[in-house]
Amino acid sequence: MASMNMIQALNNALDITLASDPDTLIFGEDVGYFGGVFRVTDKLQEKHGLTRCFDAPISEGGIIAAAIGMGAYGLRPVVEIQFADYILPAYDQLVSEAARLRYRSGGEFWAPLTVRSPYGGGIFGGQTHSQSPEAIFAHITGLKTVIPSNPYDAKGLLIAAIECDDPVVFLEPKRIYNGPFDGRPDQAMKTWAGHKDAEVPEGHYTVPLGKAAITRPGSEVTVLAYGTMVHVALSAIEESGLDAELIDLRSIVPLDIDTIVASVKKTGRCVIVHEASRFSGFGAELSALIQERCFYHLKAPIGRVCGWDTPYPHAFEWDYFPGPARIIRALNSAMEN
Amino acid sequence: MARAAQKDSKTESGKKLSNVSKDDLLKYYREMVLIRRFEERAGQLYGMGLIGGFCHLYIGQEAVAVGMYAAAEKGDQVITGYRDHGHMLAAGMDPREVMAELTGRIGGSSKGKGGSMHMFDIEAGFFGGHGIVGAQVSLGTGLAFADFYRQNGNVSFTYFGDGAANQGQVYESFNMAQLWKLPVVYVIENNEYAMGTSLARASATVNLSQRGASFGIPGETVDGMDVFAVKDAAERAAEHARSGKGPYILEMKTYRYRGHSMSDPAKYRSKDEVDEVKATRDPIDHIKTMLQQAGVAEDEIKTIDNQVKAIVLEAVDFAQTSPEPDPSELYTDVYLEA
Repeated sequence: MASMNMIQALNNALDITLASDPDTLIFGEDVGYFGGVFRVTDKLQEKHGLTRCFDAPISEGGIIAAAIGMGAYGLRPVVEIQFADYILPAYDQLVSEAARLRYRSGGEFWAPLTVRSPYGGGIFGGQTHSQSPEAIFAHITGLKTVIPSNPYDAKGLLIAAIECDDPVVFLEPKRIYNGPFDGRPDQAMKTWAGHKDAEVPEGHYTVPLGKAAITRPGSEVTVLAYGTMVHVALSAIEESGLDAELIDLRSIVPLDIDTIVASVKKTGRCVIVHEASRFSGFGAELSALIQERCFYHLKAPIGRVCGWDTPYPHAFEWDYFPGPARIIRALNSAMEN
Repeated sequence: MARAAQKDSKTESGKKLSNVSKDDLLKYYREMVLIRRFEERAGQLYGMGLIGGFCHLYIGQEAVAVGMYAAAEKGDQVITGYRDHGHMLAAGMDPREVMAELTGRIGGSSKGKGGSMHMFDIEAGFFGGHGIVGAQVSLGTGLAFADFYRQNGNVSFTYFGDGAANQGQVYESFNMAQLWKLPVVYVIENNEYAMGTSLARASATVNLSQRGASFGIPGETVDGMDVFAVKDAAERAAEHARSGKGPYILEMKTYRYRGHSMSDPAKYRSKDEVDEVKATRDPIDHIKTMLQQAGVAEDEIKTIDNQVKAIVLEAVDFAQTSPEPDPSELYTDVYLEA
């Protein structure tokens, strides 16, 4: 075991897969010589060589398309798109090619690629560096979408994603790379040191895709979250004094619906939290699934706490970001009924 | 035709000085110093926590924006990427509005909602500030189509960097622009580094002025540290575009002194390399030498320096005293308001 932050845990996962599988390779903007803007690929080129971890030009469409070709011919590429906001030029390739190759070739071809990308707000990035685009991937049948919330899961989920034979979009909550963030910007920055989920085994292990984690067991209300919002929700629950059950989805496709349903049937109440804007966000799908399966167990309407339905603004970081105050309001509202 | 137009331009100070008026020298000096002092202050405000998020400084590249704008005419459009503060100042935007946008205040050019990378000014013909690398190249091509459609004699100056030059949409744009003979000048600000990756590490060919060759678009490599070389090339390119001959590519050889953004420690290049450029190619030192050769008195230069300092301090003050936008502004400008 070693204490790692999320960057170190991800770097360690990549290091292990490069060492164990000669078909795995990493490329993307600034990932080679420079080691990545967030340092996730630091020293991997030095250690594994130029053909295993290398720089690509600023060509997101080309990067992902080339990775699909590599994957279809037996390689296992892991590409980094520097910010999730930059994936859109490659969206056609992900949707029409990566996600659909297996189906339209009757199972003869597929593209086992992993697209790693930092996402999310809390860093004053404005509208082109703060978005949470998970719903546009979740909607695409054929893609898997994974979002870790701590170093232990980050490593185990990334290895599982790379080893998975389906294309995986692996979204990394950049606000919590260096430490958990509880949504209270006025408080001192925390590091991962001492956090129980920062204790990471040094060798190979996986966290299965499609298995949620119960971060905090409880009986009164179920809270669903992923990424940064797991920590914000936990802090809000503690402040609220409620005995809420917090579920960290860890991957939204595949979705661990059984864990969600069991919890909501137990509590009868549910609040969904995500950073992405509300309308047609992933919370809408969760809400629909829950009411289909738990309608007669629900004691209150399902609540959603999300980013507002506006572009991510530069000036209103903490008004936009769904912080603890909004989550507590939704929890109380769920309890009133 | 493309071949004939390929050449390297570089002013030889001695030869060119006779063509340069003292007024022009003073004007360009003032504009370049304004950009540098503004950016230095922006860097300081960032360090003090008054500017959040991303902030890409233009220091080192001043001669490009100033020299290019010297060749622009009223009604021409400008569009660029995220390293945009210098362009906005050269386009004549109010430094107070630019600084207040950086600090996210209501007095900012986008009411604080855009931030460093996303600023606009309709009066200056400044179509943004764009945060997605290369996306503005196609938009600039569309601006040029609008000029062509209206036959208004205007030109779209479309800027991008050496990194963006590898985006696929750049070449889709080149093809359309030449096919339809659109009045667009593509200005590639080659500052040698795309974030942390040098041009050679990410580009099969490094002569970016040739990137339009297969479409028949003429191109020139220009000393982007020499404001007069930039202006000369800009005039040639604008004349080409304005006269209906179609697009033109200018590759500006320049250099950014600071990191890619404020969070970049710039470990991918040596301090010696940066110091060498500062000592031998600095665009402001270059024009200062020309001013001295033209016999401009130190006092006159000093006066400009002081005026610029006052303008920048006023911008800094405005950026801190302009109120934060009202939370109701969060929901304005999302859709057309009935």
